[in-house]
Order: sequence, then C-alpha cells, then structure tokens
Amino acid sequence: MDIFAQQLINGLVLGSIYALVALGYTMVYGILGLINFAHGDITMVGALVALTVVQALAAAGVPAPLALVLAGGCAILVCCLLGVSIERVAYRPLRRAPRLAPLITAIGISILLQYTAALVWGKQYIALPKLFEPAAINIAGAQVTTLQLAIFGLACAIMAVLLWFIQTSRMGRAMRATEQNPEVAGLMGVNTDIVIAWTFVIGSAIGAVAGLMVVLYYGIGHYFMGFMLGLKAFTAAVLGGLGNVGGAVLGGLLLGVIESLASGYIGDLTGGVFGSNYRDVFAFLVLVLVLVLRPSGLLGRHGGERA
Amino acid sequence: MTLADTRLRWALWIGIAILLLALPFATEALLGRSWVRILAVALLFVMLALGLNIVVGFAGLLDLGYIAFFAVGAYSYALLASPQFGIHWPVLLLLPLGAALAALFGILLGAPTLRLRGDYLAIVTLGFGEIIRVFLNNLNRPVNITNGPQGITLIDPIRFGDFSLARTHEIAGITFSAVHNYYYVFLLFAVLTIVISLRLERSRIGRAWVAIREDELAASAMGINTRNLKLLAFAMGASFGGVAGGLFAAFQGFVSPESFHLIDSIMVLCMVVLGGMGNVAGVVLGAVLLTALPEALRYIGPLQQRWLGDVLIDPADLRMLLFGLALVLMMLLRPEGLWPARRRVQPAPREAAHGH
Repeated sequence: MDIFAQQLINGLVLGSIYALVALGYTMVYGILGLINFAHGDITMVGALVALTVVQALAAAGVPAPLALVLAGGCAILVCCLLGVSIERVAYRPLRRAPRLAPLITAIGISILLQYTAALVWGKQYIALPKLFEPAAINIAGAQVTTLQLAIFGLACAIMAVLLWFIQTSRMGRAMRATEQNPEVAGLMGVNTDIVIAWTFVIGSAIGAVAGLMVVLYYGIGHYFMGFMLGLKAFTAAVLGGLGNVGGAVLGGLLLGVIESLASGYIGDLTGGVFGSNYRDVFAFLVLVLVLVLRPSGLLGRHGGERA
Repeated sequence: MTLADTRLRWALWIGIAILLLALPFATEALLGRSWVRILAVALLFVMLALGLNIVVGFAGLLDLGYIAFFAVGAYSYALLASPQFGIHWPVLLLLPLGAALAALFGILLGAPTLRLRGDYLAIVTLGFGEIIRVFLNNLNRPVNITNGPQGITLIDPIRFGDFSLARTHEIAGITFSAVHNYYYVFLLFAVLTIVISLRLERSRIGRAWVAIREDELAASAMGINTRNLKLLAFAMGASFGGVAGGLFAAFQGFVSPESFHLIDSIMVLCMVVLGGMGNVAGVVLGAVLLTALPEALRYIGPLQQRWLGDVLIDPADLRMLLFGLALVLMMLLRPEGLWPARRRVQPAPREAAHGH
C-alpha cells in the first residue's frame, strides 16, 4: 500500500470537512469583520444533534440512509436557529461597539454552547451506532472507503452550490454588496440585517452538515469537539484568505493534506523524536507562517488585514 | 490637597495594610485554613489578572492564551528547583528568570502577529496556549523533560537561607504556618504588581498604550511606535504571568499540564473584563471575586442534593456557564466592567453621533 497516496486521500477527505467549517468563518468575517468564535461550537451542536437522532432512529429500526438524512435535517434546523439567534442576541447590538466587545461576546457564547452541551449530552464520548460497513476501493495503491468518497463528494457539491448561489442569486448579490460596503448597499435598497441573518443561516447549515460528517468519519462525538475543529477551520480560512469563499475551500483542502502528510511522516523525519501526537501543532504552525509571510492569505485580495 | 486630606489618606492606607496583614488569621478563625489557601491563590490571580490587564486593558490586545505564560513561569521554576534534573537554584534567581523567559515567549509570539489586526492575535494566542500544553504533555519522550501528563513533583518551596516558607515558624509568639507564609509573600508581590500597574498607567508608556487602544492610526500619527509598544505590552504582561507561575509552582510543590487549560486563560480574561478593562482597582476586585466564586459554588452541589434530591449541575460546569454568561452580559449591558476605568478626557462630541 502506498503510504503517500493514502495520506493524501485521508488529507483531502479531512480537508473537505475543514473547508465546510471554514466557509462559515469566512462568510461571517467577510460581511461583519467578526471572527465568529462560536462557529466551531455550532458545528459541535450539529454533530451531537445528528448523533442523537441517528441513535434514536437506529434503535427504532429505521434504515440507515433515511436515518442519516433525517439526522442531517434535524442538525441543520437546530444549527440555523442557533446561528440566527446568536447573531440577533449577541452580535447585532454590538455592531458599532469597539472591536474587542463582539470578540469577547463570541468567546462567551462559545463557552455557553460547550457547557450547555455538556449538560445536555454529558461529558463522555458518544459513540455512533454501527449503521453500515463501508466498502473499500483501491485507488493508486491506497484504500478509499465509500464513506470517504461520499463525504468528499457531498462536501464538493455543497461548496459548488454555495459558490453558484453567491455568484448568481439575488441574495448572493446582496451578500457581495454588503461585504463591499454595508452602508452603500443599504442605500441601494439591500436590507443588510436580513443579509447578515442569512449569512449566519447558511454558515450554520453548512457547519451542521460538517458536524454530521465528522461524526460519521470518526464514529464519536464530544462536547469539546468544536474547539479544535473550529481552530483548524479558522486556520484554513486564514490560509485561503479570510473573507474569500473560494479561499476557504482551497485553504481547507490544503490544510487537511498538510496535516495528514506531516503527521504521517514526522515520526520518520525526526527519527521518532516527535510523533503523530503533535498533529494538532501543524495547523497552528501553518497559521503563524501564513500570518508572517502572507497575511492576506493565498487568495486574499486586500493588501493584508493591517490595523 | 490639604494637610487633613493627606493625614486621612495615610490613615486609610494604614488601615487597609493592617486589614490585609490580619486577614489570614481572621479567615482561619472564621472559615478554616482552606480559605487561607484560597486567599493566597486569589493573590496569585490578582497578579495574573493585572498582567493580562496590561495587554487587554491598557493596550487593547486580546490575548486568549495568557495562561501559557503562567505555565512557562511555573515549569521553568519546577524544572530548575526539583529532583527532576537534580537542579536546585535559589528562588531569587528563578523568579527573574521565569519573568524573562515568559517575556521572551511573549515577544516570540507577538512579533509576527502584533502588526496584524487584533482578531488574528486572539486566535494565534489561543492556539499558542493549547500548543504549549501539547508540548508539556508530550515532552517526556524520547528525553524526559517535562515528565508528561504526570507533571513534576517535589518542587522546592521558597527558601531564604535556612528559612523555608513550607515550614511553620514562630515569630514574636505568633505561629505562622506554610499557607500564612506564602500569603504574605504573595501579598508582597501582589502589592508590587499593583504599584507597577498604577505607575505604568500614568506613565508615558501607559498613555501611549491607551492611545493605541483607542485609535491606533491616530496614535501612530502622533509619533507613537505602535509595534514596539504593543510588543512591550505583550512582554510585560507575560513577565507578570511568569513570576506568578514561579510562585505558583513553589506554593503547590507540583505542576502538571492540567493546570494550564484554555479554561484558565478564559477565567483570567473574565477577571479583567468583569472588573473593568484597564482599571487596576476593578481588575483586582474581579480577580478576588472570581477566585472566591468557584469555591462558594462548591456548596451548590450539596444544596442541589438537599433541595432537588440529585446533583443536576456539576458545580464546575455551572461555573463555566456563569463565566460564559458573564462575558456576554457584561459586553452587552456594561462593557466598561463593574468598576470602570475613569476616563480623564472628555469624549469628543463626534462619538455621540456614532452611537457609542
């Protein structure tokens, strides 16, 4: 089995999940200039809701595909409501406040979501019931499961639909206008409040799907899972250029591959001094390197997000 | 200021000093020795919160991994004054060393990120805090440096010659146990930190920090070297954390990565935000309140048992929920904190139109 090809494929699958979460960060940042710290935790809530629904339906004997679709639907619904209410309650009143204020609120919301989840679901790892046995396909000497293919395919489809939506639909045009200049967009008859609410709805819905994917991929969920996922997705968004939707996709895939290859090879490269237990460090290193070398990200248009 | 005013002020200060010196004995008599320990910890958190206040409150830079500097200080003390390497350096050397190391880490972390917008700094510091913990957890192989998740034990107590703070001493007929000794040492450091903070606030540097916080562009137009001053704020805040970390390691006699979670960074941030960003007195108040709160919340468990027949909410979780709620509500309702910093300048009329 070819280890390089295997790590590459694993990285792409993981990266497609990062990309989906990164979209939520980048869309909100593009329009509000706010890092929505709570986004990783919204994904976590989506994941745990989906897990609970799947558990209940699997126990009731519902066939797996239907159970997954229903679980995804419930997760999307809950996350959308959550995203919109967070925006309404915690961010909208602070739109004209000093920069530090919404950032601190966002951290507060993130903690609230985590520990509310700990109350609802407990602090132990929750396991996904065995729904199906994914078949393995051999591509270029590497094993690819049907699950991996499904995750990657669905992620790509969602990203394509989103890009199409932003580029062609009326709401997408309003979003781009609001991103460029909220005040002028408002003068042109765009209801920026509704546009911002929709941004949160779309970001949260995509986050919910990503949460379901994480649960399917790793088979477990946990109240703290949103933290690292969020940190990595944010790194992906910065890597691609914060505020740039295409950049988030590129950054996510790239970060997944980097992380996968790095943690696969670090043991051999350093003679066993560093092992794969350092895998979480790579995302952070990438983040710092990007900020030092190219602060606007790979596809960023602005000349660096300087103060 | 008239002579009577001066005298009154002196009397007030002496009163406060006597109160603080007598506090551990009063507390022990009323609430038991465990609360003296909590007092000592509260003083450590006063130091930490004031350190973070320099970064967040004065300079307006959001640091979400502040506890990492505390960890740097604690581990540098632990490694150089324990049987781990058989090194036992004196505390008077280790505390400045801890401060310097923490400041160095602060500069290393700040240099690439401080020229960017504040939001990036928040995330990078958040990541940094977690990374330090990953390293502390894993640097036990192949060479055992940090002893991994087990942590480092048998750390030397603070000692001056033969006078060890870990032992009970009898001075002038009063018995001072170990917690009391540490309380007084921490009190000394906390007062020192408060004085430094107050002096900094009114200094040229402090005013430059506030200028950067309020409007960075305007500040640099006025000739302030914003990058260097932000780095200075970062390094100085970190060094406070480093000293507090060293004291913490000596006090506990044990450090492990478990003491340096993101949660702890958030707690210190809560102290600063709740008390009032940028106001030294407010931050001290916030630190004391939030150290006492979790201890008081311990009683919630038994109360739930008695009233509801079952422990529904783990007090530790309840504490976190309250922290989260406090951060949100404070920002929405009272962004200046419980005890806001007094602004010495009239707000420009333009600001009112902006809806601040």
